[in-house]
Amino acid sequence: MKPRGLFSRIALTLGLVFLYVPIVSMIVFSFNNSRLVTVWDGAHSPTLKWYGVLVHNEQILTAAWLSIRIALTAASAAVVLGTLAGVALARFGAYRGRLLLAGMVTAPIVMPEVITGLSLLLLFVALGQLIGWPKGVGAVTIALAHITFCMAYVTVVVQSRLAGFDESLEEAAMDLGARPLKVFFRITLPLILPAIASGWLLAFTLSWDDLVITQFVAGPGSSTLPMVVFSKVRFGVTPDVNALATILVLLVATGIAVSTLWMHYQQRRRERDLQLAAAANL
Amino acid sequence: MRLSQAMGRRLIAGVPTLWLLLLFLIPFLIVFRISFSEVRLAIPPYTPLLSWHHGAPRLEVHWSAYSFLFTDPMYVSSYLYSLKVAALSTLCCLLIGYPMAYAIARAGAATRPLLLMLIVLPFWTSFLLRVYAWIGLLKSNGVINNVLLSLGVIHHPLALLQTDFAVYIGIVYSYLPFMILPLYANLEKHDPALLEAAADLGARPWRAFLAITLPQSLPGIAAGSLLVFIPAVGEYVIPTLLGRPDQLMIGRVLSDEFFENRDWPVASAVAIVILLLLVVPILLFQRVERRQLEAAP
Repeated sequence: MKPRGLFSRIALTLGLVFLYVPIVSMIVFSFNNSRLVTVWDGAHSPTLKWYGVLVHNEQILTAAWLSIRIALTAASAAVVLGTLAGVALARFGAYRGRLLLAGMVTAPIVMPEVITGLSLLLLFVALGQLIGWPKGVGAVTIALAHITFCMAYVTVVVQSRLAGFDESLEEAAMDLGARPLKVFFRITLPLILPAIASGWLLAFTLSWDDLVITQFVAGPGSSTLPMVVFSKVRFGVTPDVNALATILVLLVATGIAVSTLWMHYQQRRRERDLQLAAAANL
Repeated sequence: MRLSQAMGRRLIAGVPTLWLLLLFLIPFLIVFRISFSEVRLAIPPYTPLLSWHHGAPRLEVHWSAYSFLFTDPMYVSSYLYSLKVAALSTLCCLLIGYPMAYAIARAGAATRPLLLMLIVLPFWTSFLLRVYAWIGLLKSNGVINNVLLSLGVIHHPLALLQTDFAVYIGIVYSYLPFMILPLYANLEKHDPALLEAAADLGARPWRAFLAITLPQSLPGIAAGSLLVFIPAVGEYVIPTLLGRPDQLMIGRVLSDEFFENRDWPVASAVAIVILLLLVVPILLFQRVERRQLEAAP
């Protein structure tokens, strides 16, 4: 390698250090015995006591369970709506109303969250006065809000996947007499399935992680995990939050490592199959 | 058969459009409408837009929320501070992220997926917890101060937390992947033959970079910068956890007006003015995004 790549490679190394130092320090201090969190108590550490404190924290466990249920609901609904929007934007040409959908669907991705949160709460309040539903804010309004901003991400993922394939396969199936619904389920859906899967995971993560929008549309008794964590850490560092962070980081890292390896393996197998097929033809 | 196909299409496009109309567009109209009300002690806590006087409807438009924003210097300074913090953080993200994206795009085919995974991994872990991690690093008896003290570089702990510096660190740290990924997507597509040709013709590497790579990567720079700048203007969590208590960012002001002061009209007016400031960047972002999606291979 020529030395001219040196500068950017040093920058990459330092940048990665910058990205990982906070995460690593959080993990290290989750095993610290001291309540002072950042002062290492060498005599009694490492210890698992904060993990013990964590699993007996009723408030955190209840909030985590609520967050999981909301994220499952929001991700699943967002995948359906986002796939519909992605198919419409990528496959329906310049139909009337396309600009409206295209404009609305990317806006939530960059919109400052305080604005989205405020506007959704005011909608729920107005609806409550107008038609008497929703009766108040809580898990249902949180899920509705999450579906709305999550579907934007799913749409972008599905749309870009569809843009990567031309329509010839679908057209061929139509020419052979397949009905549109059958074409969708037999051709389009299998093609975009990886995009739908990663869209679902992305939506789940975003919903699970959201704090600002949730704070606006949550009510008493519907505190999600980020809300509980935020109210704890607003008043300083607490060691059991370090333990929680460590568990979450390890779960995500394992998940991503496994899925990367799996995709790598699939690709290798595809390449080997292609080589075998080529060899058989010789 | 033809008819049912048209119906099906209308249904597929119609359902998400209706959803977004109801839960995205109409809410903004409600915010807009409430920003022209006055606060009152009632449910809901603002004056109605239409009132009845001797049997005739009368439109009541109040500008008080907006005039309040421009007379109290706290609001103007919060807007300016937020714009400054967002702009400088975007610049830092670009200066740090560009060489990183460049190095990944030039890395060997085997290491590239691993490097990308390392960039994306923090993004999949909780944003709140990653910001929280910086409290432990920056506070006066935190990790950075302890290391510097034990090395003898400093003799008294530095005040790092609750400063502008901490806010910049927090924003750059949290938004860096949003800068790197669009830049990488752009840089990866560049044809190395162009750079080789420039080198053959005697151009120095830096000259070739400025003349070829940089102009070609402008769409990536635009996409990454807008993805950082727009949400950073309204950032709430980072300045609340890491920032100065005496200089609020506008997202925090909005939230405080709503939750602490219970002043819905002023909170709505704050939101509308943020939107007015961001409408050009948001439209630009949509254009860049649309081009990207339509030019996908």
